[in-house]
Amino acid sequence: MAHAQVALVAAGFRRYSTYRQATVAGAFTNTVFGFLRCYILLSVAATAGGSVAGYDGPQLVSYVWIGQGVLAVVNAWVMLDLAERVRTGDVVADLLRPIDPLWTYLCTDLGRSGFAMLTRFVGPVLVGALAFGLYVPANPLTYLLAPLSILFAVVVGFACRYLIGLSAFWTLDIRGTSMLWVFLSGFAGGLYFPLAILPEWLKTTLWVATPFPALMQAPLDVLVERGGVPNMLLVCASQATWCAVTLFACKRVQARAMRKLVLQGG
Amino acid sequence: MIISARGLRKDFTVHRKVGRFRRERTVVSAVDGVDLTVERGEMVGYIGPNGAGKSTTLKMLTGVLSPSGGEVQVCGLEPVAKRTTLAKRIGVVFGQRSQLWWDLPLGESFSLLRHIYRVPETDHTARLKQCTELLALDEFIHTPVRQLSLGQRMRGELTAALLHGPEVLFLDEPTIGLDVLSKQAVRTFLSELDTRGDTTVVLTTHDLADIEKLCRRLVVIDHGKVVHDGTVDELHSRYRSRRTIVADLELPWPDGLTLPGAVVTAVEAEGRRVTLTLDGTAAGEVVAALAKAVPLRDLSVQEPDIEDVIARLYRDDN
Repeated sequence: MAHAQVALVAAGFRRYSTYRQATVAGAFTNTVFGFLRCYILLSVAATAGGSVAGYDGPQLVSYVWIGQGVLAVVNAWVMLDLAERVRTGDVVADLLRPIDPLWTYLCTDLGRSGFAMLTRFVGPVLVGALAFGLYVPANPLTYLLAPLSILFAVVVGFACRYLIGLSAFWTLDIRGTSMLWVFLSGFAGGLYFPLAILPEWLKTTLWVATPFPALMQAPLDVLVERGGVPNMLLVCASQATWCAVTLFACKRVQARAMRKLVLQGG
Repeated sequence: MIISARGLRKDFTVHRKVGRFRRERTVVSAVDGVDLTVERGEMVGYIGPNGAGKSTTLKMLTGVLSPSGGEVQVCGLEPVAKRTTLAKRIGVVFGQRSQLWWDLPLGESFSLLRHIYRVPETDHTARLKQCTELLALDEFIHTPVRQLSLGQRMRGELTAALLHGPEVLFLDEPTIGLDVLSKQAVRTFLSELDTRGDTTVVLTTHDLADIEKLCRRLVVIDHGKVVHDGTVDELHSRYRSRRTIVADLELPWPDGLTLPGAVVTAVEAEGRRVTLTLDGTAAGEVVAALAKAVPLRDLSVQEPDIEDVIARLYRDDN
């Protein structure tokens, strides 16, 4: 990466590190919900004979607690300030820089997720590990694929939110779109329950045709080594594809948005 | 010349609802054939009433809005087509927008900009040092931008726009909402910049004191057209603004007394204060004639008020 990108990532990290109370409060909330979700899933597993949709006890604990951490790292619920800047017209200042706003926002978000990794991921996961005991991956490859999978999840999450932000060029108000997004990314992303419990056809459709599983379910499946190495590689490959697809979509939509802005004004 | 625009226009299509389903399209010309050339190192005031097309022109010059017609070049580049290249050579400050990072200390915004614009470290340090001295940034350079006062933020914005050494600086209402001291700081800084002469400045404002203190050249735009392009003095002579002499007298003003080169416009304080409006004759001649005619106690010559002239100009056009 060039100097500018490194500086932007560092700035993203620094920006979010200035909100200490929010970080602590967020990690605390994630932890509380971690306990809640963990007890529910474990009791479901107990009545169902020890496992849910092919996840055994430690895998379920990992699914919940690492999920609580990944949630903050991907940050899919919090919209980028792009839409707000489009609405107020501040986006013009972004265009007056000799750097593509897409990369500016992406680098900033990567910095943010780096900070979230060190605080809001580590916190809940540590609590979960101490309170319940996490699944320990056996294959060394997992330790390589898991960070990559989380990075892909961050990028896909970013690109989707960037697209929603860009939609403000046409609709100005993105509240409707972003509510739909929050619901879908939670439901179809594997946050509320493992996607494996869904009927086969729906599960397959979600994995193949939507970017949602790439946000949560993908890194969680990699971390609990679901389906062994072939499936983990397949999951990562699908995430990589979604990264490319969504970023490309961002590029195209941004170009159209710019054309509209440049022709019709802010 | 560093900026040239010929017949620059921008039309916006406005949709208006007529009845339940029909919509009427009307074309509004925000900028309607503006000719403007600016030489390197000039400082130009670009003024006009709200909605006159100032910001629209500025957006076209900076490449964030494409013209509907006419030609425009800034630094020898076509702004919209070469926006990214141009961005490195111009600086822009919008009084009501921010280019700083809200949650970071001011100083970190600056070093981030250094990387974005790829400014060599030594140049960056030298320019920052200069701005720090002139704008007294020291007191708040480590404060997050969101905690800065408007005046402090504006000083930060000016610095941010200049750190990459732009050839042209566009300022859109840089003194809007500032208190007297901050306005003064900004003006002093800009006139310093003007003295050095290597940066071309285009300044839009509603505060005519900015113009009087900073710009020799004044471009007035109204309804998308340039209605005046010249010095402030030329504006006065064109709109016949007159200087006035106010004299306090030892004895009452004799009824019916006239002086060559001036018209008596008011006699007050029981005839002991008289106001004369000059018709273009040098003030010295009139004062000499006045002193001969009546014994003087006190005397002042008042320059015409630019606000009045501009107000008249806007009204004339409507």
